[in-house]
Parts: sequence; C-alpha cells; structure tokens
Amino acid sequence: MATLTYRDALNQALREEMQRDPNVFLMGEEVGVYQGAYKVSRGLLEEFGPMRVVDTPIAELGFAGVGVGAAMAGLRPVIEFMTWNFAVLALDQIVNSAAKLLYESGGQVPIPIVFRGPNGAALQLAAQHSQAWDAWLSHIPGLKVVAPATPADAKGLLKAAIRDNNPVLVLEGEMLYNVKGEVPDGEHVVPIGQADLKRPGRDVTLVCHSKTVAVALKAAEQLAGREGVSAEVLDLRSLRPLDEAAIVASVAHTNRAVVVEEGWPHAGIGAQVVDVIQREAFDHLDAPVLRVTQADVPMPYNKQLERLAKPSPDRVVAAVRRVLYLD
Amino acid sequence: MATATVRTASTSALSELERRMLRQMLLIRRFEEKAAEAYALGKIGGFCHLYIGQEAVAVGSLAALRDDDYVISSYREHGQALARGIAPNAVMAELFGKATGCSKGKGGSMHLFDAAKRFLGGHGIVGGHIPLAAGIGFAIRYKGGDQVCICYFGEAAVNIGAFHEALNMASVYKLPVIFCCENNRYGMGTAFERVAAVTDVVEHACSYDMAAELVNGMDVLAVYEATRRAADRARKGGHPTLLEVRTYRYMGHSMSDPLHGVYRTKEEVEEQRKRDPISQLALKLREGGVLDQAGLDALDAEVREEAEQAVRFADQSPDPDPAELLTHVLAD
Ligand SMILES: Cc1ncc(C[n+]2csc(CCOP(=O)(O)OP(=O)(O)O)c2C)c(N)n1
Ligand SMILES: [Mg+2]
Repeated sequence: MATLTYRDALNQALREEMQRDPNVFLMGEEVGVYQGAYKVSRGLLEEFGPMRVVDTPIAELGFAGVGVGAAMAGLRPVIEFMTWNFAVLALDQIVNSAAKLLYESGGQVPIPIVFRGPNGAALQLAAQHSQAWDAWLSHIPGLKVVAPATPADAKGLLKAAIRDNNPVLVLEGEMLYNVKGEVPDGEHVVPIGQADLKRPGRDVTLVCHSKTVAVALKAAEQLAGREGVSAEVLDLRSLRPLDEAAIVASVAHTNRAVVVEEGWPHAGIGAQVVDVIQREAFDHLDAPVLRVTQADVPMPYNKQLERLAKPSPDRVVAAVRRVLYLD
Repeated sequence: MATATVRTASTSALSELERRMLRQMLLIRRFEEKAAEAYALGKIGGFCHLYIGQEAVAVGSLAALRDDDYVISSYREHGQALARGIAPNAVMAELFGKATGCSKGKGGSMHLFDAAKRFLGGHGIVGGHIPLAAGIGFAIRYKGGDQVCICYFGEAAVNIGAFHEALNMASVYKLPVIFCCENNRYGMGTAFERVAAVTDVVEHACSYDMAAELVNGMDVLAVYEATRRAADRARKGGHPTLLEVRTYRYMGHSMSDPLHGVYRTKEEVEEQRKRDPISQLALKLREGGVLDQAGLDALDAEVREEAEQAVRFADQSPDPDPAELLTHVLAD
C-alpha cells in the first residue's frame, strides 16, 4: 500500500499495463511532451517513447477513430480526451464504430479500447466545459462505463478497462485528480460491474458514484452527527454494467434510498437506479426514492449560481430527511 | 504580406485611424493586465485566456468592418469584444461573473456576448463556432444584406473537421464570411508543426477554391488592409476569404498554464516581444510626428484609468440573483 493521488494512481495503472502488454499505447491531446493536460501521463513519453505515447492534433473525431481502427487490427489503445466535453465531437466513432463492430460483424471484430478523461464540472468553467455525460454514455449497448471515486478504484478500474476486450469508457474528474488515498501496489484490478460499500449504515442508502461519493459521505457524516441517522453509502463504480444485486441488497437492508449524481435529472443515471429499486426491491421500500442531481440547466459561470446548481451535502441531507419523514 | 498603404485615405485620416487603433490596442493590453491581476486575486475564476500580444489582430480587423457586420470568436475573445466596442465595464463584470456583465454573469471569460453589437460569442469548443460563422453568412445572403461575418479562431482549430466542412460550404454557397485564423504558433503546449502536415494555414484555401491572404499580425495596419480587401470581396460577390494572421501570445495558454513551459523557451517569448504591435505603431506615430511621448503617455494614462474603472465597476456590481439559475434555459 502506498498513499497516492488519484492522478498518480491512474498514472501507475497506465505504466504497469504498458509494461505488461506491448500492444497498449496512449494517444490524445498533450499526453506526451506536455505530460498530459492534467499530468496523468507524466513520465510516460520518456519511458515508452513517441510510438506508444502519441500527441495528437485537436481532432477528437479523428483520433478516436484512429484508436478504433488500431483496435480492429490488434492493438489495445488508450485514448485520452482532454475532457469528456470534447469527446462529444468523437461520439460518432465511440457509438457508431467502437460500440457496434463486434455485433455487426457477428462477433468477428472485438474492440479492446479505453476512452478516458475527466468528466463533469470543475470550478467556474461554464456551460460548455462543465458537463457530466454519465447517462448519455451509459445508454449504449456495446460499451462499458466506469466512474471511479477513489485512487484505489481509479487504478483498479483502469487496469480492468485496459485488459477488457470491449470498449470501456473511464469517467475521471478534474476535481478528483488531487484526491489522496491508499492504493495497493502492483496487481490491483477492480472487476468492472461491482459496486462498493463506502460506508455501512442502517436507515437509508445513498447511491452515488464518482464525485458524488464524497458528497454522499459528507452528508452521511452530517446525518450521523446532527440527526442521528445512519446512512449507507453505496458507490456504483460501474455504470454499465450496473451492479443491480448490490443496490437491491442495500435497499433491502435500509428500506430507503436517495440517488446522488452529477448529471442532469432528466433520464439520468438515478432514473436507471430507481428503475432497479422499484422493480427488484419494491416490497422493501418504506418511502419513494428521491434523487439529487445537477439543476436542470446548463452550468452557469457565476460562482454562487454554480454552487446552487451542483449536488451538495445539504441537498442530500434534505432529501434524506424527506425519505425518513423527518420534516 | 500586405504593404502598409491605404490608398483611399488621406494622410490625416490615416493618422487618425492609427491613433484610434493604438488606443484600442493599449486599452486591450491594460485591460488584460488588470484581468490577470484579478485572476490572481481569485476574482475571476475558471479558464481565462488572455490576448496580450495579439491585440493588432482584433483591432486591425474590426477597424475595417462596419457596425452592422457580425463577429464571432473562440474563448480567447476579450480583445475582440473590446475592439467591437463592448464597454470595458461590461466585459470585466462578465469575467467577474457579475449581473452587470455582458452575458449577465452566466457566460464568463469564454462566453462574452453582445447581440446588439452583433458580437455573437465567445465559444469554448475548439472549431465549434466556425460552421456557425458560415451559418451567419448564410443568413446574411438569405436576407440579401451586404454585411459580412468575421470569425476568429486559432491555428490549432484548423486540424478539426469543422473548419474544413465550414470552409467548403462557405465557398460552395458563396457566403460573406472572413475566416480569420490567428496563428500564434501554439495550441496550448503543442507547436503547430508537430501536429499539422501543412503549416501554412493559407494553403488550405486552395482546397476550397477560396481567396486567402497571409498577414503580418504584428502590424495593425496590415491587418486592417487585408480585412478591408476581404470585406470588399464579401460585400460585392459574397466571396469568403481565409486570412492567416501570424501573431504571438506572450502569456500562457490560459491563466492556469505556465508562461512558457516546456514547449517554448523564455528566449523565444522575449524575441517575439521585440515585434510588439503596440510599440511598433507607437514608434511609427512618434517618428511621423503624429504623437509625441507626452501624447503617448496621456493616451496610456487614459486607458489605464478605463481598465481600473472596469475593475472597480465589476467589484461593486452585484452577483446575479439566485433565481437567475433557472432563467434562459428556453426562450418564451
Ligand atoms: C474540441 C476541443 N478540444 C480540446 C479543447 C481544449 N483546448 C482549448 S484551447 C486549446 C488549444 C487551441 O489552440 P488554438 O486553436 O491555436 O487557439 P489559441 O488558444 O492559440 O488561441 C485546446 C486544446 C477544446 N476546447 N475543444
Ligand atoms: Mg494557437
């Protein structure tokens, strides 16, 4: 075990997987000479050279497609998007190529590729640069989607993603890169599709992932102190496939749930989780499931408005009070 | 490169134009210096891309256009907003995220707008606004107007598909658009030649049968003249033009990036500063007897005060009302 930042945990996963498999290469804007826009690829160009750490033009659609083509011919590309806001330009290759090739070829052409980068809002980057695509990206059959919240999960899920024979999208977070945590050395692979209990509790389940894990943990802390409420925090970690069994098990135990996510409310990840709960845990529920999301607006630049728009511990606490009928 | 002569203007009119352009460039420089200070103090947040070094591009080109022409730009657009005549107060207030900002505090540095001045943003996705310029050109042609649309973007945007798609359509439909590529050599930390097979952006015009000109972006008059020629072409026959304006950014890519970093040397930045567009024009006006040192100092004091006033105004302005969070998602 070592204490690493989320950024360095990703860096370690990349380095170890590139050492392990010569077919793994990294491609994206500023990944080489600049050492990564967020320094996730620091030192990799020196270690692996320009054939395996490839700087690209600003051409998201193009280099996503180059990645998919390389995967068709036997390589295992890791494609870095400077942020997922720009990956929207590459959605055609992700959705129409990467996600479809295996199926439309009748199983002949697997696409072992990873698309990764920071997702969601940071601070005051305004509407075009502050978008959480979790729900959009999880909608598509043929893709896997993971969203690690801790350095250990970041390392373990990125390693799993690189070894997976399918396209895997890794949603990171600019606000997560500096988060520190214990990370197992060497072979640490977190299986895709497994949620993780980040805090056990009795009275309510807080379902969350990525940046909202910290929000939920803070809310759980407040609830334990002020309200004497014991909240269980379930980190989904994978959005597709979704660990339905873990969601059901937790709700069967607490009988109440609040789903917290960074994205917009309409057709969000929370809507999918609520579907699982009403379908598989209906008889266990003591209250309707509530959701805490970003406000249903493009992200404003102004600091105060941005704060109001984002999910916060206070909003989670308020939702928990409602499902516990404390108001 | 274009030669610095204005055939139609008399000498005094030319001096007057140059004086005006010098003032605008100075205003942008002082404004940006104040923005950098405010950013360091945490009064401006997010991404903030300064225009210092590139002033001649916005000022020279917009001086050649009419008030009813359209302007659209990237996220590095403070200079164009000011040169377009948006009040420094409203621009600075927007950088501060205040209700009095030109986008009501909702857009910030990357999304300056003033629809009344036909300044249509402020766009954050590289290359994303280039087709929008073609669309504005389409609307002008559709309505039978003789306006033009000028579209500013960096050289790194040339590597994006949207640039090529937009140029092709502008040429096919004969749209009155001036595509103004501000080639400052770098996209973030990447030198253009490392990621572009063709490094003379003007060459791309051939692929789309479009007029093009390579312009010295450190010479404000050269930019002015080239833009005038492009505007004439657009107004007369609706022909688009690609301008490649060679310029240089003195600061880091944004306020959160290093000044030179590993991708360029300090010496290179120093070398480029010797071609400074403001010093060059000031020297020319001094030597031509148009403006003496005292006049120059007075001009500088004037725009410094304007920039400082903008900061005071932004500081004292209120934040948007919390209810504003939910407004402007959809039109009525
Ligand atoms: C599609 C897209 N990809 C990446 C980015 C991140 N980004 C913002 S500015 C920039 C560099 C652009 O350089 P250039 O076009 O030369 O303009 P300059 O900043 O030099 O004015 C990059 C990579 C973005 N905003 N949009
Ligand atoms: Mg550039």
